[in-house]
Amino acid sequence: MLTILLLILLLTAFAAGFYENTWSDISAAAVSSCVSVIQLGLELAGAMALWCGLMRVAERSGITRAVGKLLAPLVRLLFGELDAPSRQAVSLDLTANLMGLGNAATPAGIAAVRCLEKSARPRRNTAMLTVLNTASIQLIPVTMGALRAAHGSVRPFDILPAVLVTSLCSAAVGCIVISVLCQGGE
Amino acid sequence: MHITDLVVPLTIGGILLCGLIRRVDVAEEFTAGAKDGLRTAAELIPMLVLLMTAVGMFTSSGAAELLARLLSPLAERVGFPQECLHLAMIRPFSGSGALAAVGELFDRVSPDSFAGRVASVLMSSTETTFYTIAVYSAALGKKPDARVFIAAAAADITGFIMSSLTVRLFMF
Repeated sequence: MLTILLLILLLTAFAAGFYENTWSDISAAAVSSCVSVIQLGLELAGAMALWCGLMRVAERSGITRAVGKLLAPLVRLLFGELDAPSRQAVSLDLTANLMGLGNAATPAGIAAVRCLEKSARPRRNTAMLTVLNTASIQLIPVTMGALRAAHGSVRPFDILPAVLVTSLCSAAVGCIVISVLCQGGE
Repeated sequence: MHITDLVVPLTIGGILLCGLIRRVDVAEEFTAGAKDGLRTAAELIPMLVLLMTAVGMFTSSGAAELLARLLSPLAERVGFPQECLHLAMIRPFSGSGALAAVGELFDRVSPDSFAGRVASVLMSSTETTFYTIAVYSAALGKKPDARVFIAAAAADITGFIMSSLTVRLFMF
């Protein structure tokens, strides 16, 4: 599947290169992307180190257990029965997403997906978590509000109800589709 | 100052303070956790190089504009603004590219126009799907599951359609 997807991406790029004559852009991007991935990796490494360090402190102080208990009903609905560490990791990821941490939520997701890998239904549960994280459930669209204000919007945050309804709908569709697709077992 | 600017500092401060109160050896535990985090990040990078290079070639090739042109009759039928098609094609692949596309759009039309609002809602209620899937499958050290792509694509398409529907419903 990954190979097919990569093939589609590259073929579309080549088709566009052919039609729009963007070959020089494509080759420049190939060289610069692999460099910027390493920069991205370094940024991610910094965020991962901070997050995992803080979470270890939070775990030892009993904070993760409290958050885990708070979100337990939602986690049970989406993932079924989980062991305590996975439940806590998933709850923390959901919390980070809701708070609109954006990129800062990635380490929480990675930590959670690694826990779920050892759960009773690893393929189904890691797939569910990935889909949840692609569907951006965010309470306050901070970045967009700022960009709208910068471009002279009269009420930059009036998109809030529309954003909430839209992201709830798309997250729900993603969750339903993945649980239907995974029904056949592992 | 915005209230949301407080989230990160308060979270960090709260956790550290709580650790101190509970007499946790904060520095010791933090560095132990951070070491795990760094190891995970290092394991992610090789898979990301493969995926993000392909994505970089895709976004720079002008393929998004080409796809937007192909999809424009379909968009017209479902009432999705033409101006936002380019953004919708870029959004799943590149966060910074999408943000640039929104900025460009706001230079041409007002952020309070129909297209401007649809772009804002679309941008806020979807994620850089392909990148997210790449990171998570790299974290698991496996190829991404085909079912994840299908479900995520379904969620994204729902997000695109709903963004124009909700803007129409709530604001116009």
